[in-house]
Amino acid sequence: MPEQATPARSSWGRKLTDWTPQIVLLPTLFAAAVYVVIFSLWTLWISVSQSTLLPNMAYGGFGEYAALWQSKRWTVAYQNLFIFGTLYVLGSLFVGTLLAILIDQRVKFESMWRTIFLYPLAISFIVTGTVWRWIFHPQTGVEKALNDVGWLSAQFDWITDRDMALYVVVFTGIWHASGFAMALILAGLRSVDGDLVKAAQIDGASMPRIYRRVVLPTIWPIFVAVTVVLLQFAIKTYDLVVALTQGGPGVSTTVPAIVVYDLMFQRGQIAQGAAAAVMILAGLALVLVPYVLWSGWRAKKEGQEHG
Amino acid sequence: MAEATHEAFDPLATGSRGRQFRAKATVYGLLIFFALLYLSPLFIIVMNTFRPLEEITREGFISAPGMLSTEYWIEAWSGFCLGGTCEGVSPYFTNTLLMTVPATILSTAFGVVNGYALSKWRFKYDTWVFGLITMGVFLPAQMTLLPWAYVLGKLGLANTIAGLVLVHTVQGVSFTTLFCRNYFVAVPDDLIKAARIDGAGFWRIFRRIILPLSPPILIVCVIWQFTGIWNEFLYGTVLTSGSNQPITSAIVAFSGSGTGQRYYNVEAAAVIFAALPPLFIYLIGGKYFVRGLTSGAVK
Repeated sequence: MPEQATPARSSWGRKLTDWTPQIVLLPTLFAAAVYVVIFSLWTLWISVSQSTLLPNMAYGGFGEYAALWQSKRWTVAYQNLFIFGTLYVLGSLFVGTLLAILIDQRVKFESMWRTIFLYPLAISFIVTGTVWRWIFHPQTGVEKALNDVGWLSAQFDWITDRDMALYVVVFTGIWHASGFAMALILAGLRSVDGDLVKAAQIDGASMPRIYRRVVLPTIWPIFVAVTVVLLQFAIKTYDLVVALTQGGPGVSTTVPAIVVYDLMFQRGQIAQGAAAAVMILAGLALVLVPYVLWSGWRAKKEGQEHG
Repeated sequence: MAEATHEAFDPLATGSRGRQFRAKATVYGLLIFFALLYLSPLFIIVMNTFRPLEEITREGFISAPGMLSTEYWIEAWSGFCLGGTCEGVSPYFTNTLLMTVPATILSTAFGVVNGYALSKWRFKYDTWVFGLITMGVFLPAQMTLLPWAYVLGKLGLANTIAGLVLVHTVQGVSFTTLFCRNYFVAVPDDLIKAARIDGAGFWRIFRRIILPLSPPILIVCVIWQFTGIWNEFLYGTVLTSGSNQPITSAIVAFSGSGTGQRYYNVEAAAVIFAALPPLFIYLIGGKYFVRGLTSGAVK
């Protein structure tokens, strides 16, 4: 679109004005190109280089990927991510949906409830993890309190139990994220046509049934969007585990992002750490690429239907 | 966010009286249950910032407080020792503040102009430019740690707050550009066209039309960036050390170290200092916080 510049300007000045949007975007474009493209390729190259404690950019092949997938730690980490990711997403969706439906019942003090359920999202994973560690720890938290009020046989030591510690991470993750799910689902519920609900009500359907059969199915794209965002959070999970369990006991709550940090900065295996980082990127791509393609396809379809 | 479109029915006011009562009791009962679950950690931690250490060690975090004192707050702010210096959490709090404020302002300023340029000035490959910038939102930090460490070293910004400002600005611009572009797309093109016919250029339209419409999205960007950068941990841990670290790293170093004497009450107060600024921002701008979520996630 040509710029309607004032005729008095010189042609050079005019050209410059024509290009203003591009010039304005130049710093960001440069930063994004470096950050997204060059940094990614750089890390990708490190993962196939001979780097160990120090970078050595000579080509070393895909041996580090093989070594990574053979290491017990990584196997445990990605299995943990699978369990954590699944339960965290399902749990957050379930609690988020429940809270959204409750708030949607024209309750009193609506903004107060919303504020309470959403505030964890404003608090860092570090703070969240630290606080819940104290509450879950048998010496300082729930178990101690139950013992002190006289229930001496009460036991609640999941956080120090290899088999149960991961579920502590799941619980804390849900506590942190379900408000996010609630906010988006509630926005969706509010966009549902009231007449639809009224019609179902006249037919004599009960409220839980109306939500299950009529309201929730109409906002399914929101569930897909929330799922994608939460999966992304899950794959990137790092701080929460560091603050809550530091990956332990043993390696029982280790996740891929922790393995990356350890390999790169604790064990001096830069190439293998980079390989693990590339695997995290691959995991994200596995979630995001289909979603982006699907949203594009849906937008196109909708455009055709309405246009 | 579409709100209040279905005022049409009031589910809690239908059916027989007994049924209405049961429905109400269920709804409010569940709400109160979850509210307690969400608030109790905050309550427990705040309470323990006032209790003597000996009492916490004896009774745990979850018990009725006996003696109360505010000295642990002072100890947490300016007293306890970490890595050889005994200045409490205040130097790290300052580090985080010096990192968060410039990075928030810079990324928001760039984001607004970028969003305007990308939504109202179509040019060749503009969707590619937008796509590239947006990819920065999804790129995991792990892919950029080693390159950042190298680049900051070359720029003379290794282990500095300025280095973290640069990192967070570059990463934050992806978010703010995405938010602002999605917001400005809704501004009618006719408005811009009319201004152009009147001879207004890029910056004039920005000042006269776009900026006056921007406050809501500016607030979204500022809240989102401020809380995100304030709470960040990985970059701070990897790219800075010792007395240059942000508060999140200091909290982990202080309360995460497994060995030695634990000072639960002081640690709890330090945790509150780390949580307070984003919590405060959230409480005064909660409505916009939600709007930021919806515009970022659904579009």
